[in-house]
Parts: sequence; C-alpha cells; structure tokens
Amino acid sequence: VTKLLQTLSDSIAVGSLYALIALGYTLVYGVLRFINFAHSDVFMTGAWVSFVAASGFGWASADAPFWAVFAVLIVAMVACGVLGFTIERLAYRPLRKAPRLNVLITAIGVSLFLQNVGQLQGVFGTQPMRMPSLVEDRTLMTLGGVDIKMVDVMVVVLAVVLVGLLQWLVYRTRLGRAMRAVSYDERSAALMGVNVDMVISVCFVIGSALAAAAGLLYALKYPGLNQPAHATWVLLGLKAFVAAVVGGIGNVRGALVGALLIAFIEQFGVQYLSPEYRDVYVFAVLIAVLLLRPSGLMGRVTVEKV
Amino acid sequence: MKTLAERLASKKPAWPVAVVRSLLPVLVGFGIAFLLQAVVVPAIGPFYGKLLMDCGITIVLAVSLNMVNGFAGQFSIGHAGFMAIGGYLAAALTFYLSYQYWGSAEVHGGFLGSGDMLFVAACLAGGLLAAGAGFLVGLPSLRLRGDYLAIVTLGFGEIVRVFLQNTDNVVRKPDKIAAALEEGGVVSLLDNLGGSLGFHGVPKYSTVFWVYVFVALVLITSYRLKSSHQGRALLAVRENEIAAEAIGVNTTRAKVSAFVLSAFFAGVGGALFAHQLGTTINPGELGFAKSIDIVIIVVLGGMGSISGAALAAVFLTILPEVLREFAEYRMIVYALLLIGVMILRPKGLFGI
Repeated sequence: VTKLLQTLSDSIAVGSLYALIALGYTLVYGVLRFINFAHSDVFMTGAWVSFVAASGFGWASADAPFWAVFAVLIVAMVACGVLGFTIERLAYRPLRKAPRLNVLITAIGVSLFLQNVGQLQGVFGTQPMRMPSLVEDRTLMTLGGVDIKMVDVMVVVLAVVLVGLLQWLVYRTRLGRAMRAVSYDERSAALMGVNVDMVISVCFVIGSALAAAAGLLYALKYPGLNQPAHATWVLLGLKAFVAAVVGGIGNVRGALVGALLIAFIEQFGVQYLSPEYRDVYVFAVLIAVLLLRPSGLMGRVTVEKV
Repeated sequence: MKTLAERLASKKPAWPVAVVRSLLPVLVGFGIAFLLQAVVVPAIGPFYGKLLMDCGITIVLAVSLNMVNGFAGQFSIGHAGFMAIGGYLAAALTFYLSYQYWGSAEVHGGFLGSGDMLFVAACLAGGLLAAGAGFLVGLPSLRLRGDYLAIVTLGFGEIVRVFLQNTDNVVRKPDKIAAALEEGGVVSLLDNLGGSLGFHGVPKYSTVFWVYVFVALVLITSYRLKSSHQGRALLAVRENEIAAEAIGVNTTRAKVSAFVLSAFFAGVGGALFAHQLGTTINPGELGFAKSIDIVIIVVLGGMGSISGAALAAVFLTILPEVLREFAEYRMIVYALLLIGVMILRPKGLFGI
C-alpha cells in the first residue's frame, strides 16, 4: 500500500509539472494551430535562468529566505515571457500566412538556436549543474508510510495556483474571451475588433511564463540540471506535448487531465512493470488515444466539410 | 477509324525495346556508381570519400521521406525509426551471419564477393522489415490527419528507439554465437543489439559504389512513381483528400503504399549507414533529432521536388563541414539559416 501511495503522490507531482508545460503547447496550438517545438527549450531556459538567478542572489546554500523561491520564480517567468514574446515576434509572425510545415521547421530552427545559444560559454555553458535547494528538504508529514516532501507540496501548490489563474484568465476575462474567439475563428475575431496579433503575443508570453515556472519547479525537484542541448529536455517537452494531445490540444482543462493521465501511466508503469520502458508507455498511450479518439479525450470533434 | 486504345497500342514499342528502355536508367545509375568508386574515390582521398558516402546516404533518406511528405502530403516525423529498424536488422544479419559462415566479423571477399552479396541481402531484408513497419504506421493515417499523424509517427520513432536501447549486449564470442545459431538461428540473436551503447563492430561493407547503387534506385523509383498513376493518386491526395476520393482514388491504398515504399528505402538507408566506416549504429543517434534533420532537408529542398530533396541532402551534409571553423557557433548559424530560409524562401531553397 505504501508503494501505491508513494507512486500516487509522485504521479501528482510529475503530472503538475507536465500540466504547466502542456498548457504552453495548448495555448499556442489553440490560437495558431501549430506545434511549437521550441517550447521545450523555453522550459529548459526557464530551469537554467532559475539556476543562474538563484546562484546570482547568493542562495547557493540552504540558508535561502522563504521568499527566495518566489523571487526566482518571478525572474524566470519574466525572462521567459520576454523570450516567448521575442520568438513569436521575430520568427513566427512573418510566417503567419505561410504553410504550417514552414512554421514547424522554423520552430525547430528556434529550438536549435536556443539550445546552442544556451551551450555557449558566456550563457549557461556545456556543463551539467546542481540547482541550489531553495526549499528546505523537510518532510511535512507522513501519510500511510509515505513521506510528503516540502518540495512536492510546493510543486503541486504552485502548479494548482498557476493553472487556476490561467483558467480564470481564459474563461472569466475579456482577454480570455478574445483568446477563445481567436482560437475559434481568427478572421471573424479580427472582424469583431479583436486585436489578433496582441492575443497571439499574450498566448506566447503566458505559455512561456508557465514553462519557466515548470522549469523552476523541475529544477527544485530534480536538482541535477543537464546541459542545455541534452536530450532530456526535449524528451520532457515531448511528454508534456503528448499530454496536451491526449487531453485534446487547444483545450486548457484537457491539458490538465492529459498531464495527470500521462504522469500516472508513466509512474505506475515504472513502479509496477519495468522502468526501462517508461517512454514506451507514454507514447503507446498517445497512439492508442489518438486511434480511438483522434482529437484527444476532451478535444472538439471537427467534421471536415467539402 | 481506329479507337484510341488501338492507336495507343500501335505506338507501343515491342517488348524487348521496352525492357531495354526501362532498364537503361538503372544501368546508367550503376555505371555512375561504379565510376564514382573506381575513379573519383581514389582521386579525392578517404576523407572526402566518406563525405561522398554521407551525401549518398542522406539522399536515400531524404528522397524516400519525400515520397510520404512531399508526394502524399502525409507529414511523417518518425523517419529515423524506419532507418533504425532497417539498419539494426541488416547489421545483426551481417554481423552474426559473418560469424556463422566465416568465423569472424571482418569484411569478407572482394568487390562483389560473397561478403558483398550477404551485405546487399541484409540491406534488402532491413528494407523489407522497415516496409512492414511502414505498413503498420501507415494504417493510422486512415483516421488521422496532419499534425496528429505527425505525432503518431513521432511516437513510433521514440518507441523504436526505447526498444533498441533495451536490447542485450552484442554476443562477441564465436563459440557462443555458433551455439545460439545452432539452437534458434539468427532470430534468437536479434535481441543482442548492444542496447543504448550501440552496435559496435558491424562489418564495414558500405562503399561509395553500393551507396550510389541505392541512390540510383531510389531516384529512379521516385521519378517513375511521380509520373505513374499511383504517383498521381498520391499528389491528388496531397492536394485535396476529399476531392481525390470523390474522383475515385483509393486514398487508403495510396497513403499506405506511400508509407511502405518510403519506409523500405529508409530501412535500406539505415542499413547503409550501419555498415559505414567510422560509425556505430546506436539508438540515441537515430531518434527524434535525426527524423527532424531529414524533414528539414525535404522542406528546404521544396516539398515534392525530387531533385530539390537530393540537392538539399548534399547541401546540408556539406554545410556542417563548411561551418566547422565557426566551432561552437556553427549550430547557431545553422539554426539562423534555417529560420531565415523559411521566412525569405518559403518554398524551399530549390523549390519553384
């Protein structure tokens, strides 16, 4: 039973991380209908910026004040928000009317660019680093033999708060209504006076900021940061993307459901089947879901007309 | 007054002429491959010889991907998965069968000797297995369109990679290999592919000649496909699937056969890659990044253009070598070039 509960708590923590990244994919797909392959690198940048900020403030040891996490979080979110805005402005906006494949290749170009700029000596370098622990390594309580760690609680709480904010933004504000309008029909939205360019920029900024938050939380949970061009970043991004697709891409709640589902399957597969095939479970679920419900679990079913 | 069919029949050449005509490009291609091997390679030395081979293998991969992405318009980003399947099967076959026949994994026999024959058979076997996988991956394309299909191919490629990473070590002791071959044949050894470290010590059978023989085959197949009725069906599916179906194109068949054919040549390309001097076939290298490399080539060459794909393959194989002097900046320059080309020349470098 302990193992079951442990796996359950792990899945929730990992699922929250995936959800934060998946939301970035889903927001961009919702408005632009394209897969932003550079998103995993924004996530990577978020993790590394957190590292740089945390060491820069001198919180390399465990004596960090309790607000340290929030300071780093804000730095990382702002930095990545600006990055997301710039990427959209310089790389994607000139291609708004181009075939989607071109945009996709551009996204791959941006991804390569971010990875390799990150690898430069003056930026993040090519060495893996260890993230200073900003959160006390303390066990809050023990539930049925499972240690609930401070870090995990932090991850889940922050993720829930951010997702809640996003939910409120998308469904309860004018800006959110504009976002949904653009997602539904870009041209009609423009005719109704929605500033489409602005909405798209906002989606990129929000998505990137959430990725930055995920980056920080990831760095806190798994302090060994791999170098920027390492395959783990891309793989994490891919899994979050799979989560977005499984939940129904373009759908905020779907991303959440998909992320939790993917995390559960991955963690339970690792614990109860075999850890070597963890990626296989994720992609097998993806293929199965797509074959049974081609638009994801909570996606809109579209009928193609002639 | 003759009917159209009769008039067409009267223009048709006699069968011996037809056979010679259709074999001519293949023979010319083989001749060029032989000349490259016999004349060009000694003149340019081993370094450029290797580069020439790399170009050829990339051409095979890009032109084959172009059949799915360019002709049929089905977006596939799992090409490296097919490459890995073909490459690994071929590598295992030549490696273990070399032990069975000749007691070591050294290159056996000279030009067109028995070793070369084993190699070619292994390449074809790898291609066929990859084609089978292509059939499986092509099936979901009946239900899925565009991005979603792309995601499934991506998932397929990743699954192949993970399975290859979890294979056992390569068996290297001749007596153990002999025992395993005795017991269950080559099939029993197919789980011993080296895992995540890769399959070392595959005999180096790939030569400029064999690479360009397959380049010739893939180019001829591709050109013939494009102007055949199957190829036209693919183009129709690409332009508008519903319209194509309405005028009687069997879209299912067209799409699946494009996947099968493309996967076959990807498998052969992987086999050539595996038997190349100075490379170890390893799963990490044949992952998502490799698939993306090939997609980039096809898009830069101009979707659907065979010559474009081939030229872009050569261009993008040589480019990193040229950029080598920029050292750590070279991938950045490459990324910027990619973005720049997409913005300034949306139809690709060599597209119309």
